[in-house]
Amino acid sequence: MSDEQHEAAPEAAPEGVKRRDALKAMAAAASLPILGSIAAPEADAQAKPAAPTAPPVQLRRGGPRGDAWDPDLINPKKDWPRKLTAAEMTTLAALADVIIPADGKSPSASAVGAHLYINEHVSAPGEGNARDLVRVRGGVSWLNLESQRRFSKGFVGLTMAQKTAICDDICYVPKAKIEFKAGARFFSLVRNLTATAFYTTDQGMKDVGYVGNMALPKWDPPPPAVLKALGLD
Amino acid sequence: MAAYQLAIAGLKVLVLEAGRSYDPVRETPMFKLPREAPLRGAGGREKPFGFYDATVDGGWEVPGEPYTNAPGTDFRWWRARMMGGRTNHWGRISLRMGEYDFKPKTRDGLGADWPLSYKDLAPYYDKTELLIGVYGGDDDLENTPRSSPGVLQPPPAPRAVEMLVKKHATPLGIPVIPAHLAIMTQRQNADRLPKLLHPGNALAQRVLRQSMQSRAACFYATPCGWGCSIKANFQSTTVLLPPALATGNVDIVPDAMVREVTVGKDGLATGVSYIDKRTRQDRRVKARVVVLAASAAETARILLNSKSSQNPNGVSNSSGLVGKYLMDTVGAGLGGQIPMLENLPPHNNDGASAMHVYMPWWQYKEQLGGKLDFARGYHVEFGGGRGMPGNGSFNFLENLTQGAYGKSYKEAARRYYGSFVWFDGRGEMIPNEDSFCEIDPEVVDQWGIPVLRFHWKWSDHELKQAVHMQKTFAEVITAMGGKPGSEPQTDGNKAIAKGGQIIHEVGTCRMGDDARTSVLNQYCQSWDVKNLFVTDGAPFVSNADKNPTLSILALAWRTTDYLLEQMRKKEIG
Repeated sequence: MSDEQHEAAPEAAPEGVKRRDALKAMAAAASLPILGSIAAPEADAQAKPAAPTAPPVQLRRGGPRGDAWDPDLINPKKDWPRKLTAAEMTTLAALADVIIPADGKSPSASAVGAHLYINEHVSAPGEGNARDLVRVRGGVSWLNLESQRRFSKGFVGLTMAQKTAICDDICYVPKAKIEFKAGARFFSLVRNLTATAFYTTDQGMKDVGYVGNMALPKWDPPPPAVLKALGLD
Repeated sequence: MAAYQLAIAGLKVLVLEAGRSYDPVRETPMFKLPREAPLRGAGGREKPFGFYDATVDGGWEVPGEPYTNAPGTDFRWWRARMMGGRTNHWGRISLRMGEYDFKPKTRDGLGADWPLSYKDLAPYYDKTELLIGVYGGDDDLENTPRSSPGVLQPPPAPRAVEMLVKKHATPLGIPVIPAHLAIMTQRQNADRLPKLLHPGNALAQRVLRQSMQSRAACFYATPCGWGCSIKANFQSTTVLLPPALATGNVDIVPDAMVREVTVGKDGLATGVSYIDKRTRQDRRVKARVVVLAASAAETARILLNSKSSQNPNGVSNSSGLVGKYLMDTVGAGLGGQIPMLENLPPHNNDGASAMHVYMPWWQYKEQLGGKLDFARGYHVEFGGGRGMPGNGSFNFLENLTQGAYGKSYKEAARRYYGSFVWFDGRGEMIPNEDSFCEIDPEVVDQWGIPVLRFHWKWSDHELKQAVHMQKTFAEVITAMGGKPGSEPQTDGNKAIAKGGQIIHEVGTCRMGDDARTSVLNQYCQSWDVKNLFVTDGAPFVSNADKNPTLSILALAWRTTDYLLEQMRKKEIG
């Protein structure tokens, strides 16, 4: 399945593009005086006539090799083959939406592609990822079995009340009964992966009110409302 | 620093870099978001500090270039095989060592004194800070010297969390003052500073002016540890190498892994031999003077591997002290959740990416008076608040809410986001006989070069200091009305970070007044080989709590002044 295309859709690019343009403009502004100073006559009385600077060839050579130890940080690759099946993805999307449902402030986890990120994670090279693949895959199987056992339907077909009935039994490892411990460890992993996926999107960052990653001309003290709330006014 | 200083003095300099060429202007992922990275920017074996961290071809391991630990030792050696090395991702914390820090043995009888004092290095601290651009305050506290007037740039205003910590730490007697960081809050005066720093040197003034004009001030976004394409912070690749190259006097050969220093019959260094990593061929270069700045441990490795019948213990090792007195910084950390920080109005907390304020060590008098059970101090780096959500940022919710999911999970995320603070102590380690590196008798790297084997042991001073850090942090968190994330450790061995983990590896070629008890003189010149110098952390005699990079740079400048004077006098070269 074409995860990357799905993934690109909910995370619109315009803001990022704008940032990059702003950055380019700033970088260009910063470099202008260099050109100017090469052309300008040297002001210092003892100076020899200014010669154009030799290009720093050695700094320009090289560049990223593109493997895991030296990845291209500007154009990252995450195109390793995905391992989860379409059916597993459907169950995970449903579970992610139980963990992070839509509300008045932001969309649900699957609407911003959380299940695609889970697939990215469990399919990745690395020992930890391989372990998580087994836990997620096994957990999805168990979840559907448990749904069948209790309600004679797969997890996706359950009502929210039925989904919640199962999730209440597996939502916290320390409190889960012995027969639900494995399910709870699966739920814990999916909850954390879902939260990482959701809160790193623009919608998720906006939901919790992250403000930043923008170039500022100067750094101001915290706003008065913040100081007041902290008793610092 | 050495390459820059020698090049502007008109010397021809060849720089051998064991890693690849690297250009932060083109390669830094400015403004990138976790979601654009693989696995939302998570760290891993190949990128331990996260995907976007500037370090490439390095970390706790370097493929094909192992190191070993003696039984019972778990030392971690961070390396960055890239041009500019660790300066590309460092913390930029630029604290001066103070008067006590140069004469620790005189003060409390432990460790060893430096052969120079604060007043010898103070002018070089000033010049280095002006050259690289450092922000900070003008507080003048005990053993926490201030810079000369006009040297530092204005510190950024504290963040909300930093103000809150200050409010609650002050009644506990803990000072909170502006930190000194190698980040520019304003552009450098490119007309005035080059003349001030390099009077009478037209070449130096020209290249430095161009370099300073190319640097922008911080725009308070995007993490310093990823690098800085606008050159607002200090990386040798953006601040020192470009003007050095612009002199036309410097050649840099990347992918050049130095194997040994070569020595002539007269005992003087003739140059070095290195492996060209691209062709796997051995090469030799001749030099009038050799300056090692490979990192403390790697420099020791090169010297120890420079064995011959003439120098059976390696070059510059008549004292037998090369590799000895390896030090790192004591590290311990604790975080906490602060109810007062919940549900704050959204506001920008990014700032200059690193800390705006910090806590310098405040108990010098109590310590000297024997009221504490450890001999040396620590400073505290701290932060918290509403940072950019990244991989795992909300994993804490599971335990805090005892398993919330659904709408209550989203509400909890909104409530608790930004309500955490963290504290990291950074303390002085006293050099000891049991912490050193040597050549492993069996293991070689993929270039056939024998590797280092580490030996490590903390003394009670460090272990008790780490426990004191934990106790202090818990007190501050509690004073803020918060709850520590875990019980403060009372067992020093559990509280303290592993040797090497703070990445302040210094020592191994300590300087001194006596060739029998030190490897270098106070100008970082080898006692045995007078045309051999060391300008990394290896010459350090002690490792004060002050992060070492600024002192390494200032010492390197002082060393090159001496080196040039020796060449003018025809003593060397």
